[in-house]
Amino acid sequence: MTLPKTLRGRAWKFGQNIDTDQIIPAKYAVYSLDEKELGKHAMEGVPGRDTWASQVSEGDIMVAGPNFGCGSSREIAPVAIRGAGISLVIADSFARIFFRNAINMGYPILQSPQAAEAVEEGDELEVDLEEGIIRNFTKGDEYRCEAFPQFMTELLRMGGLVPWVRKQLEERRRMAAARG
Amino acid sequence: MAMTMTEKILARGAGRESVRPGDLLLAKVDFAMGHDLTIPPAGKIMREQMGAEKIWDPDRVAVTQDHFQPAKDAASATLGRLTREFSQQMGIKWYFEVGQGGICHTVLPEHGLVLPGELVVGADSHSCTYGALNNFATGIGSTDLACVMALGELWFRVPETLKFVYHNRLKEWVEAKDLILYVIGQIGVDGARSKAMEHTGEALKHIDMEARLTMTNMAIEAGAKNGIMEFDEVTKEYLDGRAKRPYTPVTSDPDAEYEKVFEFDVEKVELGVAKPMSPDNYAPLSEVAGTKLDQVFIGSCTNSRITDLRRAAAVLEGHKVAPGVRLIITPSSHQVAIQAEKEGLIGTFLAAGAAWTTATCGACLGGHMGVLGDGEVCLSTTNRNFPGRMGHPKAQVYLSNPAVAAASAVAGVITHPGEVLAKMPAGIR
Repeated sequence: MTLPKTLRGRAWKFGQNIDTDQIIPAKYAVYSLDEKELGKHAMEGVPGRDTWASQVSEGDIMVAGPNFGCGSSREIAPVAIRGAGISLVIADSFARIFFRNAINMGYPILQSPQAAEAVEEGDELEVDLEEGIIRNFTKGDEYRCEAFPQFMTELLRMGGLVPWVRKQLEERRRMAAARG
Repeated sequence: MAMTMTEKILARGAGRESVRPGDLLLAKVDFAMGHDLTIPPAGKIMREQMGAEKIWDPDRVAVTQDHFQPAKDAASATLGRLTREFSQQMGIKWYFEVGQGGICHTVLPEHGLVLPGELVVGADSHSCTYGALNNFATGIGSTDLACVMALGELWFRVPETLKFVYHNRLKEWVEAKDLILYVIGQIGVDGARSKAMEHTGEALKHIDMEARLTMTNMAIEAGAKNGIMEFDEVTKEYLDGRAKRPYTPVTSDPDAEYEKVFEFDVEKVELGVAKPMSPDNYAPLSEVAGTKLDQVFIGSCTNSRITDLRRAAAVLEGHKVAPGVRLIITPSSHQVAIQAEKEGLIGTFLAAGAAWTTATCGACLGGHMGVLGDGEVCLSTTNRNFPGRMGHPKAQVYLSNPAVAAASAVAGVITHPGEVLAKMPAGIR
């Protein structure tokens, strides 16, 4: 599973310090292995957003403020957002475990304080993942994204940590076989 | 090149002479942890997607049944079963069954499984707790844990280090919890985002190991990657007879580079709380005293070890929980419960009218045994009070130390412990 070059969708706007218990309340952790079920409850803990997931169209884009995804390490946070149909999360900044989890899942995220500031809910966005550019068709604006270190970009491109570990394991097996 | 403790541990793990903040490394892990919410997805990813048949070293993995266990419903029972089966099939040495372990972040230190100089990861955000024992410990996700279990290695970005120097001594009644709430209040919930928090200074000499664990536990509440402390007599004494492996402490070089140094005169820190709805919403106790409560919760990996329970019991001795309030006390491990029983603390709690539960994360993350309803107000010794953390998004959670929690349960409103107990007895810090 590799990433497309561009993504296009409607923006959903969220504020600062949205923590993982708001993204997916811990009680839904019982659905850890069911992405679609988690998706139905995504963002339910954000005050005023309890029916949000039912309004999302496949491919929509989330745009959030600073420190998005702070709190727990539960990977169900990015899984729930992806399960709700969101194709990409853009934020002013990400909390580190949410950031790791998204990269490890091969789920695209972008850091753009410019976009987080300017984009409004409902704006039509197009994101060029290779160039790191966000175009806002509603406002006629363009925003830059902060570049990630090369290793993280590579992980994202190859589809996350799973294919990377598969490769490492194959390498180890080959070396073990060669040693006889 | 001069390095901080955090940099030295990561450099050793990566097999490098030196590292700098911002470097991306592949590093060997010394110990890993998962629990009933994170092992089922990690096990599935490791076996079904990564194609690994066994884990890299079954002696270096711990698994606890703590979050939704004893099973709160049928779906949690399934997670418990998957966690149990995976642990058995993989031959994981440090598997802690319901009734024999408790909350991961209390269990691992008390069993001497996370040691100075080591690189430790846990599939739980509060894994940063272990850093009080002079190691690098950080929270990771389930795909991360799958990678570690398959390979024994993981990728890391070397964090910038923030140094926190604590001068002087804490005043009477003021605990490590008050200090860390104050610090987070100063720097904010993203004040240390992705960075290392290195705690140092003479004030720590008078803070015991359990209280130090409370401080590093809350590093994640400032967004930090890890919290870390120096190795000293207190660390050594705690580990003697407990450490399961030989270990090598690590120190920061005198000329190591810090992104920023914060200095605090801890004698000026007041008894305090974090008000709803964020752990950085610090207020001195005097500002919120008198706030009416529905529930008081003493529990969690932050503040429910034996020293915490001793202080709560000292305040509750001979008193009753106020009408209209419920007090729930959840020890953070089975060993803590055994010790509480020996010391007669459980009798004090029961006589006061408190509910005493088995060791579990329970109410802290809105799991079970103390979940809050719409508009309810709770004073809690836990770590996090974002909307919905302990249940309903409109429930109000205040964070405090255990003595304040116990006194407030007796009064029914947020109360200074000095109003219930003249002085904390000698020997009970």
